[in-house]
Amino acid sequence: MSWARKVLRVDLSKGSCSAEPLKMEWAAQYLGQRGLATRYFTAEVDPKVDPLSPANKLIYATGPLTGTMASTGGRYSVITKGPLTGAIACSNSGGYFGAELKMAGWDMIILEGKSPKPVFLLIQDDKAELLDASDLWGKTVWDLEAQLKNRFQDPQMRISGIGPAGETLCLYAAVVNDLHRAAGRSGVGAVMGSKNLKAVAVRGTRGVGNIKDPAAFMKATAAAKKVLADNAVTGQGLPKFGTQVLMNVINEIGALPTRNHRDVQFDGAKDISAEAMHAKRKTDGKPNLVTNQACFGCTIACGRISKIDETHFTVVNKPQYWGASGGLEYEAAWALGAANGVNDLEALTYANFKANEDGWDPISFGATVGAVMELYEMGVLKKEQLGTEAPFGSAKALTFFADQVGRGEGFGKELAQGSKRLTAKYGHPELSMTVKGQEFPAYDSRGIQGMGLAYATANRGACHLRGYTVASEVLGIPVKTDPHATEGKAALVKAFQDATSVFDSSGLCLFTSFAWTLQDVAPQLQAACEGDWSVDNLNVVGERIWNLEKEFNLAAGLTKKDDDLPPRLKKEPAKTGPAKGLVNGLDKMLPEYYQLRGWNAEGVPSAETRKRLGTAPLGERR
Amino acid sequence: MRSLERPIRGGNVQKSLHIDPAKCTGCLQCEMACSYENYQVFNPAKSRIKVFDFHHTGRKVPYTCTQCDEAWCLHACPVEAIKVDAATGAKVVLDDVCVGCKVCTIACPFGTVNYVQDTGKVQKCDLCAGNPACAEACPTGAITYVDADWTGLGKMRQWAQKLDTQSAAGHAA
Repeated sequence: MSWARKVLRVDLSKGSCSAEPLKMEWAAQYLGQRGLATRYFTAEVDPKVDPLSPANKLIYATGPLTGTMASTGGRYSVITKGPLTGAIACSNSGGYFGAELKMAGWDMIILEGKSPKPVFLLIQDDKAELLDASDLWGKTVWDLEAQLKNRFQDPQMRISGIGPAGETLCLYAAVVNDLHRAAGRSGVGAVMGSKNLKAVAVRGTRGVGNIKDPAAFMKATAAAKKVLADNAVTGQGLPKFGTQVLMNVINEIGALPTRNHRDVQFDGAKDISAEAMHAKRKTDGKPNLVTNQACFGCTIACGRISKIDETHFTVVNKPQYWGASGGLEYEAAWALGAANGVNDLEALTYANFKANEDGWDPISFGATVGAVMELYEMGVLKKEQLGTEAPFGSAKALTFFADQVGRGEGFGKELAQGSKRLTAKYGHPELSMTVKGQEFPAYDSRGIQGMGLAYATANRGACHLRGYTVASEVLGIPVKTDPHATEGKAALVKAFQDATSVFDSSGLCLFTSFAWTLQDVAPQLQAACEGDWSVDNLNVVGERIWNLEKEFNLAAGLTKKDDDLPPRLKKEPAKTGPAKGLVNGLDKMLPEYYQLRGWNAEGVPSAETRKRLGTAPLGERR
Repeated sequence: MRSLERPIRGGNVQKSLHIDPAKCTGCLQCEMACSYENYQVFNPAKSRIKVFDFHHTGRKVPYTCTQCDEAWCLHACPVEAIKVDAATGAKVVLDDVCVGCKVCTIACPFGTVNYVQDTGKVQKCDLCAGNPACAEACPTGAITYVDADWTGLGKMRQWAQKLDTQSAAGHAA
């Protein structure tokens, strides 16, 4: 089985918790986690709903392999309608929380309504209750964790919750668990805050024991672990350098978006790279990086644990930031660094600590600061309104804003709206580097063409984790394709998107896909779960999940014009590097992509596609 | 003279769990393997080995029973429910004898024998009868099962290698 077969429904308006059986007929079609929660969500929530209203729902979902010995089997996702985008939002997190929820005997938590006062949800195995959180409201993620563990005298409790950013409805507020692992993107934390829900605290002692064929499962997971260990990326690169292994690589190929995408190469890249994190600092002779760390069940261990230089201007007389904590991953290092032209590794680490502590997404924040710095250099935004000088490259400005954004203080309140709303307010919407209102991550689509299509069509807005064609176009996984070519990218993007939907619905980490294909995932699922989890069927399941998310977006009012890139990427050629002179060729790829998906020229699934996948326009099915 | 009174272990090298915290990533594969071995369930709450996460320093430390020679738990037990497994040297709890009085949990200086609510007995590491699941599951070599008389061998080798490098450097100079 592997599913716990049980869903916890929490009505925050009434203050009630109830258990209901998992709909196994939906699990057979949508697997778990991202897919299955999307099935529940689309059946229960009006796509036109205001994301921050009580009528929106928030689903915490684990996968069938969450809480098992499958490598990386500890993931959970948070699914809702995103306030940043107005599209379906699904953010995935590791750490230990997801496995703990599963061990308590739950596949999913559906949170609905709005509590009249701040509360947190306490789950101890079968028992679930809402408790008063008035003393926790206003607390940071780090204080929240310490207070709850202290109150219940239970150091083994796992906590997922929001910081000040979620409470103040920052549109890219994150849900953070285990101090520095986050369901980071699309503002899922703001939805949690809008419901007056501070945290979910779980202690699970039941475990996961209903594996369909335990002997086959142990064999399949052991074989798959060996594949990870033997692979150069998952066995060596990621444990040693983390995702930061990419910084210098992406800079060299001219695809490192720099200074709000004005440039594609950053002269300070080496200063904020994995290699820099390993190097001994001149000030104290210690490296920024303390160690790597695994999430639950993970045999890769790419996580970064860092310590800031105690003499750095950001932490002088602030001992709460002197300890080891979650360090820079590639996306955060890029967004806080290259996107703003800042090359101060310690300042970036500090801003990253603040993101974890106050609960916001460093990608959207960093990219928004990049837009602000461009507006400042254009003279549109002034020092007086910002509270600081803010030229590109200013570590002072970056960390000044990082201090303010979580609580919405000063100009932080405007930063918390994201770059789409902010640039529009000041008359320059063209400077917002977003798709569907969500900021780009760390790959410039002029130098990696397929990523332009992946960004434009990602159902949750610009995102690298929905179709990571970087793997093929740059790293040659599973086969090398030309990053400057548009030919063949429509099929490549579709294949990555569908496979990714499966990884995200299984309980596994997407990073395994540097080494694994669905050929490695299928035997693990097949041994653990009843049903058909062959590669062929998984491909269909992945496509079905993608199409259901698309149906939600269409019913929410999104159209073909939302599957687009900002003019800068389509009209301003890359200035330097191997991609010099190129713009993104989205218009060449998009029609072919729609066709391959079985959608019409407006991006609407055809009747035949809907029939094949068992999906339907949401208004009709509900 | 105590050693002369011991049984001679004909060719049997006794092994012990050897833990190198510097290699631990905190993945908890060991805890899942332990609970699966003993309860057929993936459940860190039932594991006899625990990984401690000292997040302020970034250190992770797996910790379990060291199988004391003069085991406090064994001597404290009023019903003789803890016996020595002659093959492995493990101090093993006999479930059908244990009455769940928990005196051993008080006696153990290291906290590595603990009560289990579900069974009403105590549990501790029994070295899986000579094939510890935790060591097999550990992906980084932080937990190994090695010759009990030579748990320092790895460290000695590291230092020896350093010495060798230095002397080589000395020669070069």
